[in-house]
Amino acid sequence: MLQRSSVEQELEREGSVNKPTMTTKTSALSKEELIELLKQMLLYRRFEEKAGESYAIGKIGGFCHLHIGQEAVAAGCITPLKKDDYVIGTYREHTQALAKGVPPEAVMAELYGKAAGTSGGLGGSMHIFGTDVGFMGGHGIVGGQLAVALGIAWGIHYRGGDQVCVCFLGDAAVNQGAFHESLNMAAIWNLPVIYAVENNDFGMGTKFSRVSKTAMSQKSASHGVPARVIDGQNVMSTYADFGEVVEEVRKGAGPQFVDVQCYRFKGHSMSDPVSGTYRSKKEVEDKTENADPIKILCDHMFDSGLLSPEELQEMDGEAREVVKRAAEFAEAAPEPDIKSLYENVYSEANPNGRLFFDGRVI
Amino acid sequence: MAEITYRDALNQALAEEMDRDESVFLLGEEVAEYDGAYKVSRGLLERFGERRVVDTPISELGFTGLAVGAAMVGLRPVVEFMTFNFSLLALDQVINNAAKMGSMSGGQVTSPIVLRGPSGAAFQLGSQHSQSCEAWYLHTPGLKVVAPGTPADAKGLLKTAIRDNDPVVVMESELLYNLKGEVPEGEEFLIPLGVADLKREGGDVSIITHGQMIHVALRAAEQLAKKGVEADVLDLRSLRPLDVESILESVGKTNRAVCLEEGWSYGGVGSQVVSVLMEEAFDDLDAPVLRVTQADVPMPYNKKLEAWSKPSVSRLVEACEKVCYV
Ligand SMILES: Cc1ncc(C[n+]2csc(CCOP(=O)(O)OP(=O)(O)O)c2C)c(N)n1
Ligand SMILES: [Mg+2]
Repeated sequence: MLQRSSVEQELEREGSVNKPTMTTKTSALSKEELIELLKQMLLYRRFEEKAGESYAIGKIGGFCHLHIGQEAVAAGCITPLKKDDYVIGTYREHTQALAKGVPPEAVMAELYGKAAGTSGGLGGSMHIFGTDVGFMGGHGIVGGQLAVALGIAWGIHYRGGDQVCVCFLGDAAVNQGAFHESLNMAAIWNLPVIYAVENNDFGMGTKFSRVSKTAMSQKSASHGVPARVIDGQNVMSTYADFGEVVEEVRKGAGPQFVDVQCYRFKGHSMSDPVSGTYRSKKEVEDKTENADPIKILCDHMFDSGLLSPEELQEMDGEAREVVKRAAEFAEAAPEPDIKSLYENVYSEANPNGRLFFDGRVI
Repeated sequence: MAEITYRDALNQALAEEMDRDESVFLLGEEVAEYDGAYKVSRGLLERFGERRVVDTPISELGFTGLAVGAAMVGLRPVVEFMTFNFSLLALDQVINNAAKMGSMSGGQVTSPIVLRGPSGAAFQLGSQHSQSCEAWYLHTPGLKVVAPGTPADAKGLLKTAIRDNDPVVVMESELLYNLKGEVPEGEEFLIPLGVADLKREGGDVSIITHGQMIHVALRAAEQLAKKGVEADVLDLRSLRPLDVESILESVGKTNRAVCLEEGWSYGGVGSQVVSVLMEEAFDDLDAPVLRVTQADVPMPYNKKLEAWSKPSVSRLVEACEKVCYV
């Protein structure tokens, strides 16, 4: 468990993202594990690029928040989970849904607003759900998922299961009251929940240090929830370190708080600037150049003779193919029916009384 | 008169009132360095400095409570909600504190607070980001609620709201920020709360509406005119206080009314208007009052279903024809 001063934390943050560290844990990863992580990240990158393109030509609408630059967080934190473990996230969740096993066609179809989408086209980019594989949703209100995660963990605890619930949140969400209420309850009831902050250092245009006096890793201390700092750009570290946390929680260690340090390469959403007064173009270029999670992993694998450029090209081709098929599927899928609007507002029709008051006849 | 956007009209109102009264300050997410998520506060940080234009953490409950406390000691906070969807996190401070402070303290304190930001749906933002929040606030004595639909009304109402000694909820719309219109100049351009505005005069049917929906009403009125039906378009502007006089006057003339609002029907603005008409204009009515609202569902993401769910010109035309029996 890391407990350091905020100055040390700041320094650590500056250093860690650009210079991936190899530890004994990461060196112990097998070739198969590394290839799996690479394939996952390639899929996420190509998927998000496609989503960006489709947004630009109006096939996807609304708010669309890409995960480009942060792929190692989805791959590294979710790959160690079992199918019956749970993940719940924010509106920046497309790749997390993929990582947990939601089919790419269904996610893409949701982005396209089609009936074959995960929410039948009614949810959209911010609300991908795949409860059959333990993906408990994308949530649009900052902090809205934190207490919900608590309830999911409560359910596990109540039934005496050994699953864990991973709750992703952005760095800006720790300033919501719900964060503190949730950590406190998780702690007093020793619930199997991991609060994983995707700490990309910005909430829209606000740098974390402008809205917090203390370092991220100190946020859970007063609740008695252990904190850890993890490199979220070097997927080998993310995977090895986060996997360890998962196993501890599975064995009953109780709630954990993980500061997964990462960086967003694109704007906050498709309609926000990549850089501006809040972060310089140079900073983004520097990170994109030196902290690309895919490049970091590939470089390591090339150096260790675990990957050849041809193999990489082949894997990338496969990822592109999967995404292409997902987009074609989404494109061809039918629009949802107007009736579907009323289908899930309530779980069943009520035999007595009136539920809907718009007077519309369909 | 200068033609400016709704966004700039709000910006001017803020700047003028901050200039006029040192106790006015603006706080909210991204309002300072980022110039506001929708750029309403553009340039204000530069002009008034970080003492008076304050970027907050994403802590709606906390910074709204801050406004309540600051008002108790004589300041006049303007809280920007990035959108009103997020104001729901602050409802406790607004409903349990701001709205009650005056009566709870026997008049020892007041809450001169403005709570403003966009409300209602834009395009395809899905159910959590497309809510018309009027009804949440209207229900509560102690709060005032306004919803300007034009640049001039935006400026005049916001300025009045800032000078008002009670908490005033000012509901803007993402769809209006770029709308241009003539706005009277001068620091004393104020629009009183509780005064509706007849945006179009007709004699056959009263369309009673507010906010962004006035533009739907005006388009419907044009279509109706082609069919020989002339509509009054009464823009309530202020939802609480409600200009009952103007409602009765218009309906007294037309004998028919349709209430149009962007939000859900159950317990909406129109529910109250209909109730007033039943109680005070029963004898004037020649047809049941109809309402055109959003479909009674969480707003869907899908483009076509979203368009279907929103109140439309065609639905309004249909309702007006129905009450006119044409
Ligand atoms: C309660 C609430 N307030 C404001 C917003 C608007 N908003 C959406 S995302 C965001 C920034 C969140 O940043 P962070 O938590 O760091 O996540 P990131 O976007 O960096 O992944 C804001 C202010 C919101 N969705 N919900
Ligand atoms: Mg962030």
